[in-house]
Amino acid sequence: MGMTITEKILAAHAGKDSVFPGDNIWVDVDVLMTHDVCGPGTFAIFKKQFGENAKVWDRDKVVIIPDHFIFTEDTHANRNIDILRQFVKEQDLPHYYDVGTDNYKGVCHLALAQEGFNRPGEVLFGTDSHTSTSGAFGMFSTGIGNTDAAFILGTGKIWVKVPESMCFEFTGKFPDHVMAKDVILNVIGDIGVDGATYRSMEWRGDAVMSLSMEERMTLCNMAIEAGGKNGIIEADEVTTDYVRQRTDRPYKIYHSDEDAKYFFKKTYNASEMESIVAKPHSPDNKAKASECEDVKLDRAYIGSCTGGKLTDFMAAAKLLKGRKVLIDTFIVPATREVEEDLHKEKIDGETLIDIFKNAGAYLGDPSCAACLGGPKDTFGRAKDNQVVISTTNRNFPGRMGSKQSHVYLASPYTAAASALTGHITNPADFVNN
Amino acid sequence: MKKIIEGLAYVLGNDVDTDQIIPAEHLVYSLSDPEEKKNYGKFALTGVPGEQAGLPEGNVSFTEGDNFESKYSIIIGGKNFGCGSSREHAPACMEIAGVRAVVAQSYARIFYRNSVDGGFFIPFECETRLVEEIKTGDDLKIDLEANTLSNKTQNKTYDLKSLGEVIDIIEAGNIFEYARKTGMIASS
Ligand code: SF4
Repeated sequence: MGMTITEKILAAHAGKDSVFPGDNIWVDVDVLMTHDVCGPGTFAIFKKQFGENAKVWDRDKVVIIPDHFIFTEDTHANRNIDILRQFVKEQDLPHYYDVGTDNYKGVCHLALAQEGFNRPGEVLFGTDSHTSTSGAFGMFSTGIGNTDAAFILGTGKIWVKVPESMCFEFTGKFPDHVMAKDVILNVIGDIGVDGATYRSMEWRGDAVMSLSMEERMTLCNMAIEAGGKNGIIEADEVTTDYVRQRTDRPYKIYHSDEDAKYFFKKTYNASEMESIVAKPHSPDNKAKASECEDVKLDRAYIGSCTGGKLTDFMAAAKLLKGRKVLIDTFIVPATREVEEDLHKEKIDGETLIDIFKNAGAYLGDPSCAACLGGPKDTFGRAKDNQVVISTTNRNFPGRMGSKQSHVYLASPYTAAASALTGHITNPADFVNN
Repeated sequence: MKKIIEGLAYVLGNDVDTDQIIPAEHLVYSLSDPEEKKNYGKFALTGVPGEQAGLPEGNVSFTEGDNFESKYSIIIGGKNFGCGSSREHAPACMEIAGVRAVVAQSYARIFYRNSVDGGFFIPFECETRLVEEIKTGDDLKIDLEANTLSNKTQNKTYDLKSLGEVIDIIEAGNIFEYARKTGMIASS
């Protein structure tokens, strides 16, 4: 019987010819990523279990990217960065991107891609649930906790239950104002926040393959919001073009077999997609942006691993150019590279950064910032009962810092259009004019 | 492994996410410092919206004041318990507060895995929607051999789903002990 791309990658990393959904297997790990929130706990468990002087299984396969609580006075948060530094020094780890140095990157999931750690056919685990993002590169990637990460640090292996696969196919062409964020919010709205629990979400179809790597990352990023174990898109030329610019390492491209078995298969007509928001307080609380125009907003937030990439800011800038925002609007590039691009990329001769400044938006430093609330002094952290439109991925109660706030998840187009009007706005007219 | 777990119930609803279990601003404390880690117990479940906290009445604090231990040691949940982030601080804070078992309709996978691999508490599943049956404060007893949950306050007993393959890891204590038992890693 045929296998899906996820099954093939897992089989190859377990030294087997084939695997079946439900099999418990031990896989060899190509990359382990951790960050400032989960690194310290992971290292403590690693030392407790393998000994004070134990060495990690492979220095070259460990990637440490501080990104969550970065620009803060919080002493505990800053101490966590010191713990990362200490561990990196002890273990002499080459892939560390320290805060306050030229080497600092920002949000781990985009940094992994930009630094060449996302390679087709590989297996990547990270101590962050949005590690599913890397699946956009035709690799298996998923989030784990500190204990599993410590186990990998010591052994290079971890057990995996092979997931069943679900196939989401989009044929045709997405309308110009529809972004990957709308597509994933639409799907999560259809299947629910536990609709893909334990399963793989595979994206296919010419509409998906027409997307840039950054847009593909957005699709895979939010697999976890449907409970998914991983999101995955077969690698093609778009993928290899991106990867080749970032790394010389070899990779292997896998394809799903024609007769592979899927737990669920659905084909969507891409041209029927619309701008979607997820209403408070759940990513599956779907509505069309056009149905929510009576929702008055206090602020807009454009950032995070989901909505803080260059393509996201290009989209926002297109709408904000030459206009003024009516509500507080926060712009947080995911990584340093994105921030630099905001200074370089132009629309009709004006840089994105100037477009945002002239529109009256506030600019933050690259990091996770208010996507997860964070310490009290975090840039863009929601206050009181504010109503926020955000390009992030979660609108659970309190996620952005205030339990009383109301967060609507949306695409960068929708967030930008809404920032201009002060209420939730379907971006179609702005984009098409 | 203990064969019987007894304690008072604390009842929550569906989709209890990890930001509710431990809000992100608290993820800064050390889990290896015995004093500092008590903070996790103190802030466990403080992100749950008031009306959902301690059903059916709601607005029941899980821990009181500066206490890091809760009088409730068995959590009853609905669907998709523990969804959201991979933060192991979530099952850890519940254990620090004294939770010994969770009985939910279903779990989000990372949370489930963390609970088992880290050996924080036993995540049971039950087909009956206990959220509507059990009240916060009810006196419960879980019998691991019979695979049942008894509500002593209401004199009712429910079947729990089998723990399946993860029972081996639960019995060993955590993933490391399991790997030592099976010879995957050297015994310490
Ligand atoms: S930007 Fe938000 S979702 Fe992405 S890694 Fe950071 S906290 Fe998590």
